[in-house]
Amino acid sequence: MQKQAIFQSRLLPYALVAPQLAIVLIFFYWPALQAVIQSFLLQDAFGLSTTFVWFENYIDLFRDPSYFEAIVRTFFFSFAIAVSSLSFALLLAVMADKPLRGSMLYRTLLIWPYAVAPPVVGVLWIFMLHPSLGVLSRYLRGLGVDWNPLLDGDQAAALIILAAAWKQISYNFLFFLAGLQAIPKSVFEAAAIDGARPMRRFWTVTFPLLSPTIFFLLVVNIVYAFFDTFGIIDTMTRGGPGTSTVTLVYKVYSDGLLGGNLGSSAAQSVILMVMVIVLTGIQFRFVERKVTY
Amino acid sequence: MGSLHLPCVPTNPHSPFPTRYSPVQSMANVTLRNVRKTYPGGFEAIKGVDVDVGDGQFCVLVGPSGCGKSTLLRMVAGLETVTGGEIDIGGRIVNQVEPADRDIAMVFQNYALYPHMSVFNNMAYGLRNRGMKEAEVKTRVDEAARVLELTPMLERKPRQLSGGQRQRVAMGRAIVRQPKVFLFDEPLSNLDAKLRIAMRVEIRKLQRRLNTTSIYVTHDQLEAMTLADVLVVMNGGQVEQVGNPLAIYEKPATTFVASFIGAPPMNLMSTRADEIKSQLGGAGEAGILGIRPEDFVITDQTPAGGIALPLTVEAIERVGAETFVYGTRAQDEQRVAATPGELPPGEVIVRIPGSVAPPIGQKIRVAAVRAKLHLFSGDGRTRLGA
Repeated sequence: MQKQAIFQSRLLPYALVAPQLAIVLIFFYWPALQAVIQSFLLQDAFGLSTTFVWFENYIDLFRDPSYFEAIVRTFFFSFAIAVSSLSFALLLAVMADKPLRGSMLYRTLLIWPYAVAPPVVGVLWIFMLHPSLGVLSRYLRGLGVDWNPLLDGDQAAALIILAAAWKQISYNFLFFLAGLQAIPKSVFEAAAIDGARPMRRFWTVTFPLLSPTIFFLLVVNIVYAFFDTFGIIDTMTRGGPGTSTVTLVYKVYSDGLLGGNLGSSAAQSVILMVMVIVLTGIQFRFVERKVTY
Repeated sequence: MGSLHLPCVPTNPHSPFPTRYSPVQSMANVTLRNVRKTYPGGFEAIKGVDVDVGDGQFCVLVGPSGCGKSTLLRMVAGLETVTGGEIDIGGRIVNQVEPADRDIAMVFQNYALYPHMSVFNNMAYGLRNRGMKEAEVKTRVDEAARVLELTPMLERKPRQLSGGQRQRVAMGRAIVRQPKVFLFDEPLSNLDAKLRIAMRVEIRKLQRRLNTTSIYVTHDQLEAMTLADVLVVMNGGQVEQVGNPLAIYEKPATTFVASFIGAPPMNLMSTRADEIKSQLGGAGEAGILGIRPEDFVITDQTPAGGIALPLTVEAIERVGAETFVYGTRAQDEQRVAATPGELPPGEVIVRIPGSVAPPIGQKIRVAAVRAKLHLFSGDGRTRLGA
């Protein structure tokens, strides 16, 4: 079977891919190259002179305890966001998979939050949980919780994790529901006849059969938590209080654009780029091969 | 699949032999009393069914798609709620009992194997869920695998098996449990024709050997005829006829049963047609006359009390040992009540042995003796006479 398309002109195929290539080159490769070059340069405090310093920016970074803290914090956030959003989405999907009246309605409603942009998610949750304006804050204080995420770093971190996980639930829910519906109903019926109670049925049949979906979503969620939570952090806490919600991505922004240390910021973004490449590599490797039970 | 030897098959429940291999657990009649199923939308899928399946009997539910046979089976399994009547398994009303506690095993049409488990674990799952000791689980699964010739495949996953092998794993999963009742939901319909016939024979042999009460759903009347001790013909959520398959074949209670059981279907014609009315005499008022294709003979004579029809040959089907002659009657008349497999009005199928047949276009006369005539009321719901 011949898969090759046949073009009359030799130039036509190049012309056809040119727009896409131009976009990738201008908006991805060019800035990426700039970042790599920038990461080897050091500017003076007034931005008047630039020196080529080889790997000094990188060495400084790894000597900086605050960078190490940001790495640990980012991994913790990612883990917390991925686990809480995956488990909650799975619970909702299992519930929504039951043939109940109005299921189309609440399935649609459950998918909606995905359409909300991350900064808007941040604003929504701030409205609810702001220490002085928040609707829910009052109830929390009524329950005796000393709620003030603007001063308490742990509470701020919890707030970020909550908002970021909430936004991702819809996406995960969609995949879980599709995954559940791809399993023939008769498999669950066979398990019921085979004497497996609902909980056991979930852990011995549903969960293993969803494992490819779970793995795929785990990678997607980690990537999301790493890179796409910027908007939420920026609208909710701006990395504060102190540096208690500064993740790797936020640090690139705050060191470079707020702190003016472009060399270090560039080095950080190069490191992040390597991380994305590794994560994407893992995803492709396993998703292509279709992780099977 | 080869022979099915179980090492020790005491048919007596009080046998002194260890019961470990004993497929006979206890008496298990299945009795359905006025069972009904109405869906929330008001659709009546099952309109009051009474069936009694004796211990160790093989009962086949047969009918066209949508007749409710699968729904009825799923109600016995506990996968569908019962909205009226009683389902009794081994003397216990199970209407409110969970599927797991009904002591039944089911073989699904798509086999419903656990795709992430090996063949061994697929069969062991139901035993482990009931807290059986691992050594006992292994003995039982190994035995079932030996019987079904699955021993070399125990470590494989379902996706590495052929359709027939998957079907056998599904059977194995049912027999290791040694349940009171086997339920089969069209288990052979995903297999190719040859394998289907082979598996049909194997299922029958296995059921005889284990002597386990079985209910089997199919839309294939040949499967139904060959497997059943008790045949239940269903249509539109109701039972049309229950009985021994041959008795049903010989004396169908309604025109539906007459045309559903038997292939090619029974010829049905209105007795109001002049030619038929005149030959039947007083019985001619009945309504519908049925004659099976195999009960016709091509002859110029008219048997006493029987019937003779002039036909024009329209088509010939030679299948080797027999030949089907499709003819049209001289005069056309009103359609007989719509039934599955119904012929166009005025068309008659005649089955003759061998492959010598009259040429197309020839006018012939066919006749059937009185004993082979089936008479039904005009609506086809009642059989008249013996």
